[in-house]
Amino acid sequence: MKILTAPRMERCIGCHSCSLACARLIHKRLSWDTAGIHIFSSGGLSTGFEATICLACNPAPCAAACPTGAFSQRKGGGVIVKKRLCNLCGECAKACPVDAVFLDDNGEPFVCIHCGRCVPFCPHDCLEMTKTTKTTGESSQMPTEDEARD
Amino acid sequence: MKPVIRDHFRVMTVDLAEGRGSVETLDGRSTVAGGSGLAAMLFQRYGHPQKAWDHPAQPLIFAIGPLTGYFPLMSKTVCAFKSPYHDQYAESHAGGRSAMALKFADLDALIITGKAKRPACLSLSSKGLEVSDVHYLWGKDVHASGKALRRMFGGAGHRSILRIGPAGEIGSPMACINVDTYRHFGRLGAGGVMGAKNLKAIVIQGDAIFGLDQGKAYTKLFQRIFDMLTDTDMMRKYHNLGTAANLEPLNTMQALPWRNLKQTTDSAISEVTGDRFADDTLLRNMACAGCPIGCIHVGFVREKFMDENRYLYRQVSYDYEPIFSVGTMLGVTDPFAVLAILDIVEKSGLDVMSGGVALAWATEAFEKGIISEKETIVPLAFGDAEAYKEAFYHFGKGTNDFYRLLGQGAKKAAVHYGGEDFACVLGQEMAGYATGETFFVAQSLGFRHSHLDSAGYTYDQKHDDKNVDRAVNFLLEDEQSRVFLTSMVACLFARSVYTPQVLDECLRTVGYGSLADNMESVSRHIQRQRWATRMATGYDPDKVDIPKRFKQVVTWKGKIDEAYLEHLKGMYAKRIVGLVTERNEKQQS
Repeated sequence: MKILTAPRMERCIGCHSCSLACARLIHKRLSWDTAGIHIFSSGGLSTGFEATICLACNPAPCAAACPTGAFSQRKGGGVIVKKRLCNLCGECAKACPVDAVFLDDNGEPFVCIHCGRCVPFCPHDCLEMTKTTKTTGESSQMPTEDEARD
Repeated sequence: MKPVIRDHFRVMTVDLAEGRGSVETLDGRSTVAGGSGLAAMLFQRYGHPQKAWDHPAQPLIFAIGPLTGYFPLMSKTVCAFKSPYHDQYAESHAGGRSAMALKFADLDALIITGKAKRPACLSLSSKGLEVSDVHYLWGKDVHASGKALRRMFGGAGHRSILRIGPAGEIGSPMACINVDTYRHFGRLGAGGVMGAKNLKAIVIQGDAIFGLDQGKAYTKLFQRIFDMLTDTDMMRKYHNLGTAANLEPLNTMQALPWRNLKQTTDSAISEVTGDRFADDTLLRNMACAGCPIGCIHVGFVREKFMDENRYLYRQVSYDYEPIFSVGTMLGVTDPFAVLAILDIVEKSGLDVMSGGVALAWATEAFEKGIISEKETIVPLAFGDAEAYKEAFYHFGKGTNDFYRLLGQGAKKAAVHYGGEDFACVLGQEMAGYATGETFFVAQSLGFRHSHLDSAGYTYDQKHDDKNVDRAVNFLLEDEQSRVFLTSMVACLFARSVYTPQVLDECLRTVGYGSLADNMESVSRHIQRQRWATRMATGYDPDKVDIPKRFKQVVTWKGKIDEAYLEHLKGMYAKRIVGLVTERNEKQQS
């Protein structure tokens, strides 16, 4: 199983192509918020950029905090999201140690599902799909778009 | 989620005196599109052509377009205002995160009127609006203001911070608005307008979310355009050396202004090429939000401030025009010295192109004994970077009468002190293209007095004939195509990608079919509306002079042909006036 990582953020130019691609392709929105990856400057543009993404916890505290099963543990780390089960309680966002779950005004959660759709939109190769060390014997198949959008 | 496509404009007007704003919906999408067209329409609605630029009622307008955010490089904002430089209607364009932030603040335009009682910061989002007292930032330079504003307002990464420096605070006609540290609404004094309004900063938080229901056609078209931009050579120049790549070829063809345009080529070019800047000074690149090219080149300056090997460093963005204006135009050929001067200019909030060219005039005037240290405070000499650093400090702050007058333009200073013949002013201080008659006329009379109004500099390079009609037709047609791009609002670096055919597809795919159907008539209408707006504020192209220095220029084609230059200028002025006359007649019929 692979997870999204951002190992070369020193190269980031702050174009937001990754987060816009996630919002456009996965969540069918024009937004830089409703995405699984967020880019921000680390204390002003002169100090470069950082990415907020799901770190693929295993076990994932957001899944443990979810009372309805909308967030469930993903093999290899991270979560599988089933939006139709979500009651908009926001516990997932509270539980995330790195603020990687964005809640919109209605409380709908958006988090990286490690699908990798954003990766080719990075012009400087900052992002990478990386095999986790815990994936021996597990499927390396990426989630489908339907799973992602559920 | 908010609807994605609207057949009207959603604009916010803010009255700084009252500290309040309101949202209006306005018709006109199908006739003025957005950006440049929308800004002209809004100035006609909210502006006061007969009142001075600094009258509190005058609007400061920021407008985006129908494609902002939907496609890569649709990343620019048009700023429109009555200019302190010529007291006429003007536009200036910038990127950074401004366009995306306005889009996600759910606004097609922001219109700021009134004058704040105390130095103020306007902060807004799709959900909020506040005019707050920031008197403690008044007097602080652009970088210090930026640092404070970043601490004061949340939303890092998804906000745009526009602010002015000391030059803007004194209402200098050469003051820019700094956008997100490395971009600028540079020319014609938009920063002075903010200063006159007691408006130190604008913070735009982009927090709205729009639905996308355009389906696979949109996704496919986005991908195709993204691939054109990133997988082909179409944007290589901007991605590689950046616009600094222009330095060497322009010098080779004897078209690079040196030392107040006394020369158009110099062997010292080897010290200030785009390669030299990249090899020696380039630290990293940055991008406007929504642009994968990353044309912003950020260099560094390292300074030893104590004998015991104590250093500080600064990051300074560079481009062709800044290097020309404080480098070759001032005879400064050390890239690190150029960046050190640029750093001072950035902090002051001066427009670097206007400022550099004005100081080039001052240097020659100093050489000729027309002015002295009594005016300039520091002795000026071409190549003396340390003197220029000090001079720019005084220039930005308007330390004395001389620098305040120089801020109104080299020509005004020359009228007062003498030396009009060598004031390198083409409507405003020249851009870095001494390519010949077509460019000199194009910038002198062009709408923004910018090298970006039309490709006159390219026309000079491609044509040896002296066919006035052909040249004027080219300028007007090229302006018309560009004004449509700046109404979308595209970065003009992407003009080879966003051909009319591609724009047609983009507009149809996102749901602006009627704009796509009428691109030709809409762009012509916008071109005329823009000129009509300018002329209502007093512009008369027949009154524009081209100083003697330009007529002495020698390029690769030889000496400038003065008779051709004047003929071209006369005909271009006539055709510009004709555009407005035709529009007025059409309206009356």
